Amino acid sequence: MYKNFLKIITFLSILVSPFLFTSAYAKTKVGFVYLTTPGDHGWTYAHELGKQMVKKEFGNDVEISIVENVPEGPDATRVIRELAKQGNQIIFTTSFGYMEPTLKVAKEFPNVRFEHMTGYKRTKNVATGNIRFYEGRYVQGVVAGLMTKTNKIGYIGAYPISEVIMGINAFAQGLRSVNKKATISVIWANTWYDPVKEADAAKVHIAEGADILAQHTDSPAMLQIAEKNGALGFGQSTDMGAFAPKAQLFASVNNWGPYYIKKIKQLKDGKWNTGDGPDHWAGNTWGGLSTNMLTLSNFSNMPNDVAKKAQAAHDGIKSGKLKIFAGPLKTNDGKEIIGAGKTLDDGALWGMNYYLEGVTGKVPK
Amino acid sequence: MIEFTPRKIQSSFWTILSPIISITMTILIGSLIFKILSYPVIESLYQVFVSPFSRPDRIADIFVKACPLIIIGLGLIFCFKANIWNIGAEGQFILGALCAGSFALLFPETKTYTLLFSMFLIGFVGGAIWASIPAILKVRLNVNEILVSLMLVYVAMLFIDFVVRGPLRDPMSFGFPLSKVYPDGAIISKVDFPFIGFLGQFHYGIFITLILCPLIWFFINKTLPGFQIKIFGSSARASEFAGFNKNKITIYVLLVSGGLSGVAGVIEVSANMGRLQPEVSFGYGFTAIIVAFLGRLNPYGVVIAGIIIATAKLGADNAQMVLGIPKVVTGIFEGMLLFFLLAGETIQKYKISIRKDN
Repeated sequence: MYKNFLKIITFLSILVSPFLFTSAYAKTKVGFVYLTTPGDHGWTYAHELGKQMVKKEFGNDVEISIVENVPEGPDATRVIRELAKQGNQIIFTTSFGYMEPTLKVAKEFPNVRFEHMTGYKRTKNVATGNIRFYEGRYVQGVVAGLMTKTNKIGYIGAYPISEVIMGINAFAQGLRSVNKKATISVIWANTWYDPVKEADAAKVHIAEGADILAQHTDSPAMLQIAEKNGALGFGQSTDMGAFAPKAQLFASVNNWGPYYIKKIKQLKDGKWNTGDGPDHWAGNTWGGLSTNMLTLSNFSNMPNDVAKKAQAAHDGIKSGKLKIFAGPLKTNDGKEIIGAGKTLDDGALWGMNYYLEGVTGKVPK
Repeated sequence: MIEFTPRKIQSSFWTILSPIISITMTILIGSLIFKILSYPVIESLYQVFVSPFSRPDRIADIFVKACPLIIIGLGLIFCFKANIWNIGAEGQFILGALCAGSFALLFPETKTYTLLFSMFLIGFVGGAIWASIPAILKVRLNVNEILVSLMLVYVAMLFIDFVVRGPLRDPMSFGFPLSKVYPDGAIISKVDFPFIGFLGQFHYGIFITLILCPLIWFFINKTLPGFQIKIFGSSARASEFAGFNKNKITIYVLLVSGGLSGVAGVIEVSANMGRLQPEVSFGYGFTAIIVAFLGRLNPYGVVIAGIIIATAKLGADNAQMVLGIPKVVTGIFEGMLLFFLLAGETIQKYKISIRKDN
């Protein structure tokens, strides 16, 4: 009796196992680590929208786990390791500060793929992803140059790191392509997200006569201040029109979905790789307007001819005809960076520690 | 009017039962919340309370998370027993980490054990100096130590921010605000358990907690200075009649508390980060205040409280990973647990009666 029972069990399990195996195989387990709760605007929300696109694209073929509100320290290491242990095959860590934790865990799990966003260190199983935010800022510069009456642009930067500085310089290039008189003044908020500080910075800019505001920080506070004071500005990361319907000209929208989907597809097809090699500065994926990783929200609060010029700049960058950092380029204290006919390469962008013409002041050291 | 009269006799039966009832209440009401939000109740409870203990490396990570909370909490016992309200442990933690880290980065050639030993010493001194500011102001000018210690937290945050952006920034970090990685000798290594290997992030710093706890218990309960602190806390006037030096005690408890927070900072950064960054503490200094009270200002209690709080945090992460329960929901759990534990303690210690005012 007992013997037969064992036999039946064995037989049954042999019958069932292929199904178990295939169903487990077909589902790709994907993990996401978020810096904050997604909310309804800004950096993490943009990632959340990307995650929703993944869900839509793959449906039941993926099983997604997220962990939100993970501080960039030892907690990150623990959470990422836990995600790897739970069998996630690819893990997206969506903030710069997860760089070391991601690398640490990646060493322990050589068969799990990691995608770290906005970092610069890569290994065999750690790739990086980033967006060419500066491309949107060039278009912002064009619109600002055409819309400003006071010729003063107020710019709020998070931290003086190359990513933010290249954005300011791209803005300046756009600005000067249509208006040589306008200048940009920069206030450093020293935070990525702090509505109070961002609002204060916006107030200072307006008090100093700026009528167009731009930001490389994450909250809609700046736009809300602009709305109250009759100034105009640009949204960041996600469309912030709802917060300032009369003030937002357009927003640069981070669109992570296509990149997530591409990487998950590669993994499913066994073709996941760390892209174009460790020497490629900007990361393995550094997509902009041309790959739809950066999109612009609808142009609003501006006359038609301005919107047309903005669209033209957008199309030019997208098709690759318009080079944002084409020579001759000069710093704002008169040093030549490159002569006519040359263009800055990606490596030079990540080494930017100077302002181009059109920006006032100096990069804090 | 609600009146609290201290109970003369505290039954040991209720002392044990009260936390059990508190935890049961948390679980019951928590289940109701999960039910209302239509999450699977049993599975949710499992993830929040049991899953952190379900694997050896998860248990190890509870200790990793609890380690800074416990060390800071142990220091805070001194202050709170003496009725001195040091709310600025977060700042003292940062200063300790910063001072020790600067030393490690500036003198990377120092021999391993000398280096680590000096880091602990410097970290202690750094935290103590930061705590000495409210201490001296309190003693000399009678300035409220709550405000000064709290405000110095923000100063410390800005200070470490400045240092990692400026003087100590790694030239190879592409402008990102990070210091160089500590030299190997300055890193507290992970424990390589015999036959098991590494467990989570379990590091040697955790053993320091285990040594500190009985030492502090002994100090507070069996020595004269410990006695003085207790008397000073329960009745400042009585302690003055007994000839205890009020100022000395005030300065002393703040220095010890600040120093221990500094040591916690040294351990946390050296073991888990290996470099200085703008944010080295994630509210440990504030959470430790809860830990100190939850542990009823008893060193062993603080260890248990630290583990409870750490478990709740890890459980919240697991619940989100496996069931997609948002952190705000599991945060309610933490709040309820604290509420019921403290309420239970109050009811057990005091007789509560409602009296009509005339």
